[in-house]
Amino acid sequence: MLEVTNLTRAFGHGAAAHTAIEAVSLSVAHGELVSIVGPSGCGKSTLLRCIAGLIAPTGGRVVLRGVPVHDVPDGLAVVLQDYGRSLYPWLTVRDNVALPLRRTLRGRAARRTAADASLAAVALAGVGDKYPWQLSGGMQQRVAIARALACDPALLLMDEPFGSVDAQTREDLEDLVLRVRRERDITILLVTHDIDESVYVGDRVIVLTPGPGRVRADLPVRLPESRDQIITKELPDFVRLRTEVSRLVRSRDTRAVS
Amino acid sequence: MSWLRISWAWRWAVLVAGIGGWQLWTSRAGSSFFPRPSAIVTRMYHLWFSGPAAHVFLTADATGNLLPSLGRVLAGLAIATAIGAPLGIALGRSPVVTAYLNPLLQFARALPVVTMAPVFIVLFKIGTQMEIATIVFGTLWPILLNTIDGAATVDPVQLETARAFRMSAGQRLAWVIIPAALPKAFAGFRLSLSLSLILMVFSELVGSSSGIGYEMSNASNAFDMTFLWSTIVLLGILGYLLNELLAGAERHLLAWHTGKGRG
Repeated sequence: MLEVTNLTRAFGHGAAAHTAIEAVSLSVAHGELVSIVGPSGCGKSTLLRCIAGLIAPTGGRVVLRGVPVHDVPDGLAVVLQDYGRSLYPWLTVRDNVALPLRRTLRGRAARRTAADASLAAVALAGVGDKYPWQLSGGMQQRVAIARALACDPALLLMDEPFGSVDAQTREDLEDLVLRVRRERDITILLVTHDIDESVYVGDRVIVLTPGPGRVRADLPVRLPESRDQIITKELPDFVRLRTEVSRLVRSRDTRAVS
Repeated sequence: MSWLRISWAWRWAVLVAGIGGWQLWTSRAGSSFFPRPSAIVTRMYHLWFSGPAAHVFLTADATGNLLPSLGRVLAGLAIATAIGAPLGIALGRSPVVTAYLNPLLQFARALPVVTMAPVFIVLFKIGTQMEIATIVFGTLWPILLNTIDGAATVDPVQLETARAFRMSAGQRLAWVIIPAALPKAFAGFRLSLSLSLILMVFSELVGSSSGIGYEMSNASNAFDMTFLWSTIVLLGILGYLLNELLAGAERHLLAWHTGKGRG
């Protein structure tokens, strides 16, 4: 599905040069949900933007479904952390979701129907006529998810999508992502700084080293398919893995572990 | 803000009381330079608003002077917007070009328009063309510079989102850049609106054969103070009405902007 090979991205020149990610290699299989976790400043967002084709890497390459990524590829959608700024305040919620569909779907009515269906899929039926700023933070982030899902992407990239909502809302949104993933034929790459979240939603957890970001560990999550915020999080396997990830994230050691 | 809660009636009551005070003071003073408001209103009625019903009660003097003035204001603003808004969007999205042009723009903006009037008189002769040219030159800068600022400061996250969803350049322009630039463009337009009235009167005072400014200059030459005050009050009313019209358009078009600010 997704092959990332030796991906490097540096910013600036000369003495001010700064390497955000260095020689990152990873692969994601069709239908997987992979969490990428790392300390702040480890280049997680840079990695995601390179994979999305939003910024060009300075080295290495990204191949999505056999095609090298140069610009934003087909079948890919992005949910950014900053829902408050990525939703357009001058458009209603429905128009926000429908806007990207202009590229693929002809006819206002068809786009409207698709947008409403997508809003219903994130349990937001009936708020289509409101403006984003009239909704709570959690609801706004669900609008952003609905907008991404409306494009029916094969790969969904999420950049710290729940970083700025309260804990309860965060858990609801995690369960929403898990449900969406069950219901659709979709591959998800989720960047987060929250260790519990990375283990709870992931099939695999990729741990990055502090900047420049390299892959420190790639750990499979061996937890039952159906997850529950209370039950799953008290399983010995969950606790063991979250402890391991936590230790890896906190350590200043930048070597890869296998 | 608490002043918003003051009822409509109370706000107008203050205005009425002010005019009442003015009436009392001028009646007592009996100065020929400061005629009573009642005399001014009567004069305005006879001058401009006592025409036949078929002409919406406008007199020949009104259609011959008020309408041309209003037409010049609107034509000047329309031309300035037609030039300033698209150019502002284009320059706002081209920071390099704007960086080169900036000294030129700042210089042109800093020129007092009034000093350009003699140039326009030579270029266009005295008349409507010269008057519109003066209004256009004066009102272009606020619209242009504010639109540049609005288009240049579109939130990068909003633009990145547009790119992530692979919107075409046209879609980005129509659905992201223009709406994002609109609040600042409107702020520029509001400045231009009040400027346009000033420039209209000024250009008509300098040289014209019709218009409110022309009437003012006639009244002034004839020492007809009531007439002169009538034109001043008329300009005040005109400015108020145009501003209300713009505020209404703004409430409609930028509802999201004010709503977001409150939310």
